[in-house]
Amino acid sequence: MIERAYDIVIVGSGAGGGTAARELAPLALAGRRVLLVEQGPRLRDEEFTGREIEMAASLYEDSGGFLTADGAMTLAFGRAYGGSTVVYTGTSLVAPERVIRGWAVPGLEHADVARRSAKYVVENNVHLLPPAAINDNNRLFVEGCTAAGFHAEQFPLNVRGCRGSSLCNLGCPNAAKLGTHRVQLPAAERDGVEVVTRAEAVRVEERAVVVRVRGRHPGEKGLPSEWEPGVYRVRAGIIVVAGGTVGSSALLLRSGFRTRLPRLGEGFTCHPAHILVAEHPGPITNDVGHPKSYFVDRAVDDGYVLETCMYFPFTTAKNLTGFGTDHSTFMRAFARLQMILVLACDRATRGNRIAVDRAGRPVVHYAFTPAVIESMVRATRASARIFFGAGALRVHAPTADPPVIEAAEAHGIDDRIEARHFRRGRTTVSAAHLMGGCGMGRDPADSVTDAWGRVHGVPWLRIADSSLFPDALQINPYLTVMALADRVAERIRADAGQLLEAAVRV
Amino acid sequence: MQGRNQVRSHRPIDPLSGGTGEARANASAGVLAPVRVTFRAVVETVIPEAAALDEQGWRDVEAIVEASLQTRPARLRRQLGLLLRLIAIVPVARYGRPFARLDAGRRSRVLGRLQDSPVFLLRRGFWGLRTLALMGYYARPSAAREIGYRAVPAGWEARR
Repeated sequence: MIERAYDIVIVGSGAGGGTAARELAPLALAGRRVLLVEQGPRLRDEEFTGREIEMAASLYEDSGGFLTADGAMTLAFGRAYGGSTVVYTGTSLVAPERVIRGWAVPGLEHADVARRSAKYVVENNVHLLPPAAINDNNRLFVEGCTAAGFHAEQFPLNVRGCRGSSLCNLGCPNAAKLGTHRVQLPAAERDGVEVVTRAEAVRVEERAVVVRVRGRHPGEKGLPSEWEPGVYRVRAGIIVVAGGTVGSSALLLRSGFRTRLPRLGEGFTCHPAHILVAEHPGPITNDVGHPKSYFVDRAVDDGYVLETCMYFPFTTAKNLTGFGTDHSTFMRAFARLQMILVLACDRATRGNRIAVDRAGRPVVHYAFTPAVIESMVRATRASARIFFGAGALRVHAPTADPPVIEAAEAHGIDDRIEARHFRRGRTTVSAAHLMGGCGMGRDPADSVTDAWGRVHGVPWLRIADSSLFPDALQINPYLTVMALADRVAERIRADAGQLLEAAVRV
Repeated sequence: MQGRNQVRSHRPIDPLSGGTGEARANASAGVLAPVRVTFRAVVETVIPEAAALDEQGWRDVEAIVEASLQTRPARLRRQLGLLLRLIAIVPVARYGRPFARLDAGRRSRVLGRLQDSPVFLLRRGFWGLRTLALMGYYARPSAAREIGYRAVPAGWEARR
């Protein structure tokens, strides 16, 4: 094993790791050695082609097809320089006050989260798109909401020079989306933070991370790793784990931390989602323009959030229930399709957790509670009303059987869309807001870290990603991840002198 | 106390072993070759337009599916092969001929029973097979064009 030594090692380069790297860069400027390791590749700009299968294979874990243990839900999370910020749509919302209050983490105040979020709103050029940039898919959502009695709000987005490719979830081909790969990571590298890609953190040891660097397969996208392939033990006085909910939890689990942290891996939430589709009488602009410009927040009253969306041919086909002529008819109508993403606001529930198998690979256990299924049913009924309010001819609802509801049947939406039609293994469910596993709290009995991401009883080990969430956020999470990572980095800067002196003594 | 989630040894763990790396090594022979006739019949049932594919079109579909399977665990590939063999022979008892020799209506009924099976494992297995069929067909650029999908990096500029 090859030995290396740094002062600080950051694992992961997404919203958490990228932010931590940027915020710890002053230490690098001051002479400290700061390293960031990222499991995925660093793609060249010209490699963002927007082609569905090749980009999914390059940017997502398991090509975007990571399944829960029972195979009933697909979890999408990024694996690239920039993590999931490469493949999200850039929606930038500040955490609701009610959610942070509900988390009841001692020392974590909403005002602090909001203040730090505002910093990243500026840093990432977050703004509302002008009306001229809104496509029909989004405009019809607003019209349908008005007709059906829902309040649509516009998403603030972190883009600069958006050309409306609609390909956000495949990595923006125009470098317009300001994820950490465009903002925080390049800035950190300019200030001296060293980044190594294709470098997987295998386990955490006492003030060290074991990292496996893999070579580039022939034909694979991305630059070769900055280090030679091999296994490295990287010693560091401070280790910041920001590999995402699944990655961070699995890393600490296979490193043996569950013994002292019984809540490790617990509290997993993910906003389970359906993609709903409706057909309009004529073509609409749907596969051009930003795909996710509006949302409806019914989290408090009904336990769901609706968002505009537009997906690619295979993803769309996969999310339509059934097969044969009915399925093909919808696909052939692609140019006339409107889409809505419905997200259930799930809660941390006993049994929904991240584990690892005998080989150390992550395994996510998730059971749909009756409350989640009811939320999805309510959300689907609401979406059907919005679709018909916007003039759709027919709606495809995964929790209806048969799934196609014609406009003439709109009066019977509540009877057609029912919880009994939600069947695991038949109904496609996916999730991209992965949260929890290393939750913040008071002590090891209720959590893994404190409000500053300090792992209980392990002062040199910090967490800085969405795994910190003790429960679901009920909105798109990335801005809150950045705010929390900002806090974590601030405390590391304050503690660095003492911790790094201690590391030298060891 | 040793938690259920822990790995008991501290030997270096390669989460890719048994996953991508092993999968690549073991997948060279291809999963679909022994069950190709049944697989194509399934694809034609899931996506009726697939019946119009020429041989090159089928090769493209199968190449996409094989490439996807190469990154999956060997266990999953074995299960897929088993499911396709099951789909091939189960209709013999009811209709007196294998799946690929059934008419379109009977094929749909066979797959419909899997999709709606009370047995979760069968529903999930069919969902996975259906997903692969849809991937193979709709990930082809020609299929995207045929359904009217026109997204390009140039975005709005390409439409004005």
